[in-house]
Amino acid sequence: MAKKYNAGVKEYRATYWMPEYTPKDSDILACFKVVPQPGVDREEVAAAVAAESSTGTWTTVWTDLLTDLDYYKGRAYRIEDVPGDDTAFYAFIAYPIDLFEPGSIVNVFTSLVGNVFGFKALRSIRLEDIRFSMAYLTTCDGPPHGIQVERDIMNKYGRPLLGCTIKPKLGLSAKNYGRAVYEALRGGLDFTKDDENVNSQPFMNWKQRFDFCQEAIEKSERETGERKGHYLNVTAATAEEMMKRAEYAKEIGSPIIMTDYITAGFSAHTSISRFCKQNGILLHVHRAMHGVIDRNPMHGIHFRVLAKILRLMGGDHLHSGTVVGKLEGDRTATLGWIDIMREDFVKEDRSRGIMFDQDFGYMPGMIPVASGGIHVWHMPALVNIFGDDSVLQFGGGTLGHPWGNAAGACANRVALEACVQARNEGAELEKVGGDILRKAGESSPELKVALETWKEIRFEFDTVDKLDVAHK
Amino acid sequence: MNEMQDYKSRLSDPSTRKFETFSYLPAMTDDEIRKQVAYIVSKGWNPAVEHIEPEYLMDNYWYMWKLPLFGETDIDAILAECKSCKDANPGNHVRLIGYDNFKQSQGASMVIYRGNTK
Repeated sequence: MAKKYNAGVKEYRATYWMPEYTPKDSDILACFKVVPQPGVDREEVAAAVAAESSTGTWTTVWTDLLTDLDYYKGRAYRIEDVPGDDTAFYAFIAYPIDLFEPGSIVNVFTSLVGNVFGFKALRSIRLEDIRFSMAYLTTCDGPPHGIQVERDIMNKYGRPLLGCTIKPKLGLSAKNYGRAVYEALRGGLDFTKDDENVNSQPFMNWKQRFDFCQEAIEKSERETGERKGHYLNVTAATAEEMMKRAEYAKEIGSPIIMTDYITAGFSAHTSISRFCKQNGILLHVHRAMHGVIDRNPMHGIHFRVLAKILRLMGGDHLHSGTVVGKLEGDRTATLGWIDIMREDFVKEDRSRGIMFDQDFGYMPGMIPVASGGIHVWHMPALVNIFGDDSVLQFGGGTLGHPWGNAAGACANRVALEACVQARNEGAELEKVGGDILRKAGESSPELKVALETWKEIRFEFDTVDKLDVAHK
Repeated sequence: MNEMQDYKSRLSDPSTRKFETFSYLPAMTDDEIRKQVAYIVSKGWNPAVEHIEPEYLMDNYWYMWKLPLFGETDIDAILAECKSCKDANPGNHVRLIGYDNFKQSQGASMVIYRGNTK
């Protein structure tokens, strides 16, 4: 039945609120946590979110009638209370797959977290979770290699990998920087890392840094008999420049490079990830700027969503928070997004803030990277929380060792291996971790000194972004 | 004890080479080796034994000692194979692997008898 054109403003709910709708397997689903302006009811707000993140405009236009908007529209199909917060509610929206360009997280996000986030009828809105349908997921590249391939490339099995960010983050000359890399690698680390803001500054041009770091890798490999890598940060001002640096890293034989996927932009990042897949180079991904987006519990995008989209765009490592160090991260929520990085299938689990089942199909997993403010005394808890498929990165906790980087690296490696050995023997690491470390320190002077250096440090700030749970 | 120490590691000294997981700990005792074998069995992984001359330890492919012990859960039988590999190849590194066929990876890999690097 053909419709007549009626100009003017209609209530959103008339078109976009569809509680009777059953989402299709091919739909992309999103859950937003919404706080409406006073006096606006939930159904209308949920419908407005569906409209503004899909086909809607504030007023009816005649060209609406030239297409089947009832097919293309986003549908608000469910509303739920937010546990412990009467001001907010969860709005569940289903989007038909044809709304999005295949393989483009950029396009999906331009819709889902675009104009709607500035919409006046809302006080605040946060994208809590997203379900990518298998049909859409298979249009994305996914991680260039994944966990198993990385283990084979790096020859590391049966334990977490060990890394370190080189400090001071800014100001070293390329040659001195390479020295710090070499010392840390020869001492027993698997990886060292460019800090996120190390790009190509006047004091250290990227090319010299790449050359000196590569020499450090090659020499430490010959010296220790183990495979080593340094995350060469290719993040730059333009995508062309990033690609140029990635090409050079490949030319000199670097096993791994890195980008900052949020500041560099999703498109530039995805191009680099595809390059890595085609050229057999591992891709470490840093997440600078995520705190701007994910830290406010009422507005923005939850990190579990940022982690999920990275897995689709492509990355082999992603920073996950440490739970125990100086950076933010509620333990239960962290375990939730670690699953999103690593598992083939993640089940809906409200206790961890996971709102949808997510099947990752053929996509390999990414390795979560725990980095920031951690030291040897955190090792038992880290091994227990993260398990083998992780990279544990000790920056100050390696370089701040009284005897230098090599000794600091060695101390961490001894602590790691002692914890893994004890875990395999059945020990409960978070109960007896102190004894395990002290015993390992008896045969490692490097570890013994590290244990004396960092004993007193504690980080016990309250988490700002807690999961939504009833607390009344 | 806390006086600064040199980190002893040399290109020219083969005894400072490492060999991945557990190579930064003292060599395992027989009892400790048994516990790691028990761990591999408890995970349902397939044990395998490999060995190599220490100077070639960076090669991806070490010599397999027979085929992996598919489905073997008898800890003593696994230890006996490790021992016979070591006896037949004195001076070589002998490593024990736990193949995780579901992950298509190695769940564990460790040198349990260290070769002669002097």
